[in-house]
Formats: sequence, C-alpha cells, structure tokens
Amino acid sequence: MTFINYASREINCKIVYYGPGLCGKTTNLQHIYDSTAPQAKGKLISLATETDRTLFFDFMPLELGTVRGFKTRFHLYTVPGQVFYEASRKLILKGVDGVVFVADSQEERMDANIEAVYNLEENLRSYGYELMKLPYVLQLNKRDLPNVVPTSDLTAELQRKGEPIVEAVASTGVGVFDTLKAVAKQVLTELRKS
Amino acid sequence: MANSPILLREQRYHQIKAVLARLRLDSSARLVVLVDKDGQQIAAHGEVGELDTTSLASLVAGNVAATGGMAKLIGEREFPTLSHEGERESIHISVISRILLVVVFDDRSSLGLVKLRSKQVSQELAAAFAEIERESELSATDGSLPFGEITDEEIDSLFSPTIN
Repeated sequence: MTFINYASREINCKIVYYGPGLCGKTTNLQHIYDSTAPQAKGKLISLATETDRTLFFDFMPLELGTVRGFKTRFHLYTVPGQVFYEASRKLILKGVDGVVFVADSQEERMDANIEAVYNLEENLRSYGYELMKLPYVLQLNKRDLPNVVPTSDLTAELQRKGEPIVEAVASTGVGVFDTLKAVAKQVLTELRKS
Repeated sequence: MANSPILLREQRYHQIKAVLARLRLDSSARLVVLVDKDGQQIAAHGEVGELDTTSLASLVAGNVAATGGMAKLIGEREFPTLSHEGERESIHISVISRILLVVVFDDRSSLGLVKLRSKQVSQELAAAFAEIERESELSATDGSLPFGEITDEEIDSLFSPTIN
C-alpha cells in the first residue's frame, strides 16, 4: 500500500517480482542493485537458502527522484519461486502496489510459467486484490537462451490484460530497468487517479 | 491500486513521535520504531546511528507475517508480541492492529519493562493510527492528494539520475 509521509516528504510504494522458480527474479533485483548510484539505494537483503535459492524474500529500497516535492521510494521485493514455499510467497504480496511477473522463456518452463500466473491471481484474490486492477508488467526473461519460446506464443499464453511486455536478459541487465520503469509508471499513474 | 494510500500528515507524525519518545524514555530503550504490516517505516525515535531502519522495518514485517502464518496453522489468530533476545541487543515487537511497535533495547533495560511500557502506549498508538486511516480515506475521496497533476514527463524524469 502506498505510504505518503508529509513530514519526511516521501512516497513509499511496494513492488513485488513474482514468477516460477529460477526465472530470474533475484537476478533482476541484483542488477538494479549493482547498477544504481549508492545514494539511491539501501541494502539488498536476501533471505536465501545455503544454495542461494530464495527462502522468504529479497528486499531492496530504491529512491528514484523527487516529484512535486516528494521523494519517491520503491520497496522492491521478490518471492520464493519454488512451489513448496507457497505459504511464504503469499505473505509477500500483502500491501503490494505493483507486480512484475518474470516469465522464464525456455520451452520446458512454459507449464511452470502458466502455473505461476494462476498462483499469482489466486494469491492476490485471497487479499482482495484483482490482477486486472493492479499495476502489472510481464517480463519475458532469458531471451538469450537457445531453446526459447517465440514471444508471440508466450504473450498468447501469459498476457492477462494487455499489460506491457518487456523482453529481457536479466543476467546482463537487458530489459531490467525498462521493466521497473513500466511498473513504477503505472503505480504513480494510479496515485494520480486516486 | 490495491488500497487507497496511507497519508501521514505532519501533525500526526509529531504526535506519534512524541509517543515513541516517551516510550523510549520510560523503557530505557535504545530505539523505538513504528512500522506498518506491509514493511513501511512510519516513524523512529532513539539511537539510530548506523542501523538501517528501512531494512529493519521490512524484516520485522516479514517476521510478523511469518509468525502470523504459523499462528493460523495452529488455530490462533495471531501472536500479539514477539521477542528476540540477543547477547547484548534484543528486540521486542508488539502487533497493534495493522501497525508494529518495535523496541530495540540492551542491558540498560529488561524484557519485562519493555513489555509493560509497550502495552501502556498500545491503545494510544492504535487510536492515532485509526485517525490516520480515517484521514487517508477522506483525502482519497475528496481529491486533496498532491499527485493529481503529475505529468508523464515528471514520471519519466524520475529514472534518469538514478542509474549509474
């Protein structure tokens, strides 16, 4: 939920990166962290297993510039993608202002993508949120791999509501900021509406 | 948007800060932080020093969400307080409706004192936050939010200086 603090002149919003296991959610955050000026970011917190799989969430605060005298801060979270972390995955969605769905473009991950989109819709609904009404971006990640599904097929299967689609290679940073920008823009536009 | 934004006006902020300052003094704590359940820091008072209170807020919210999930699994609504005792520093968290009162303390204080003093200010903070929610809803419906006029150019320009 967007938090506007008049005393410190700050707007805080929560963005969640969602998607199947190993799709590149943490890699997105890591790239944002590595490419951002030190004064614009806080620490990158990773609650991960010993094998570097996300156990609970990754978190980083990112300060983007000032708008109308208010500093805009985005709190970026990832969820654990592995199916059996369902309980903790759901918790992270609470109070979300915008969602990025990171799809793994590889052919063998198609079913996992579809399952994760349904899971996202279901978990949002359990908090009374509708994906259709939420700022949302679909990122097609790992476009550099040889066995990828054509973007038209991924779009046909995964796009829910005409949301922006960004092709990405998160490991090299391609499309990472375009994705963030697309979702941040929708979140701020929603604020304008309310 | 999932919910209407929460607006914290200056007057309420100072009211909350005063409660936190009093609690810190009465409980001999190092630091007192108020966080919402989504992980946003509302206010802090005390020895912040090098402590990253933004990360602390997000981890406290994750901690409370996880233990809340455990509570539901065993048939409880939630666990209203959580304590983590370290060798030198400890943390006590009180769940007050949708806000979390976090007290960081060391051996100048004790868990019993922190629990007692936290409980004493709970109602006051709950009432203040209920007012904040009411004011936020009013502002969302009467169009007094300051962002109604944000232009696409302003939104675009936010990104340019951030990236290395």
